[in-house]
Amino acid sequence: MYDFDYHKPSSVADAVKLLSADPDARAISGGQTLLPALKHRLNRPTYLVDLSGIAELRGVKREGDKITVGAMTRHIEVQNSPEVKSAIPALAYMATVIGDIQVRNRGTMGGSVANNDPAADYPSAVLGLGATVVTDKRRIAADDYFQGMFTTALEPGELLVAIEFPIPEKAGYAKMRNPASRYVMAGVFVAKTKDGVRVVVNGAGPGVFRQTDMEQALSANWSPDAVAGIKQASEGLNSDIHGSAEYRAHLVSVMAKRAVTDAG
Amino acid sequence: MPQVTLTVNGKNSTVEVEGRTLLVELLREKLRLTGTHVGCDTSQCGACVVHVDGESVKACTILAVQVDGGQVTTIEGLAAADGTLHPMQEAFREYHALQCGFCTPGMVMSAIDLVQKHPEGMSEREIREGLEGNLCRCTGYHNIVKAIAAAQDVMHGKRSELARAAE
Repeated sequence: MYDFDYHKPSSVADAVKLLSADPDARAISGGQTLLPALKHRLNRPTYLVDLSGIAELRGVKREGDKITVGAMTRHIEVQNSPEVKSAIPALAYMATVIGDIQVRNRGTMGGSVANNDPAADYPSAVLGLGATVVTDKRRIAADDYFQGMFTTALEPGELLVAIEFPIPEKAGYAKMRNPASRYVMAGVFVAKTKDGVRVVVNGAGPGVFRQTDMEQALSANWSPDAVAGIKQASEGLNSDIHGSAEYRAHLVSVMAKRAVTDAG
Repeated sequence: MPQVTLTVNGKNSTVEVEGRTLLVELLREKLRLTGTHVGCDTSQCGACVVHVDGESVKACTILAVQVDGGQVTTIEGLAAADGTLHPMQEAFREYHALQCGFCTPGMVMSAIDLVQKHPEGMSEREIREGLEGNLCRCTGYHNIVKAIAAAQDVMHGKRSELARAAE
């Protein structure tokens, strides 16, 4: 790891000031992805801006028909949150299957969504629930936010502060993990919301995407059998030593079926 | 160079570090607490697990500066001053939950956090799933799981001492 300076601001305004002052500064939340990347010297930040001292970025609250999760809320807190468990159990479940306990004790929702790793879990819930990504400057609809592998609508110096999830009628998540690395091979998040059915695939392609054939099928008939026969095209999906694009495409149908079963 | 003040196993320390110094480097190289091991250095194996403010973390994937002001417990801090082992350490000994011992400090620290997070008690399957972040290449995990199952009863006050290990 190259050396760097370290700052720990206590307000969003101070963090944004620090991040805007130098294009080579990087924010660190839980650090469970950033620190391994720094060890590989994939990044050479001049200084890190630690967001863990900013109280306003933490916590979960329910207001009306939405759940707001602060960017620095850790996976373990999402998993155990009474608000999340009662309003969006699929989101609480998702948190339980991220990494291992030690990762969940440190990793944060904001870090995961800002990084947009193709193997991350939360992006499928954010897109699948039609959530809103709130930054220090603006509100971004999930449909506009994810822009492919490690790419989002966030601008340099812009800080993700919270995510607002509309509470769905029902939702479910299922993923197949690589047996060795435990990273997702293909995952599917399904949700029945007041604005319609959404089906989102993660882990199988370079970024999260909506599976519109399955959305139509579930709109007509919300049942596992409705998606079981729908084939995902393999074009554009990831192909590597862990699995071919065709295998991942097959997994999408299987995971969709399980996710609908779990949603009930 | 940044200064970090932290409490390790109940003792206050102020240490000069670099921004990039990892917690595990501070513990092993500055404080000479070498019970915490470095196995993979890629946050997979769990040999470096310690507790920060009561929760298990991989000390190879957290910076020393991030722990400024924090409370750290390592394997050296578990036993009582008179040498009485923590129930989890005692269970690992009683059930022979180790062979080479390299993963053991991390296993014990993870297991304690796991038991503390499940006051209702865990099934064998839940214990196995809970150990996802710790790799052992010798034991096949079998006796580790038995030890944790026995220790949780003691830690939750369901037994005053360990049941004798199965033959």
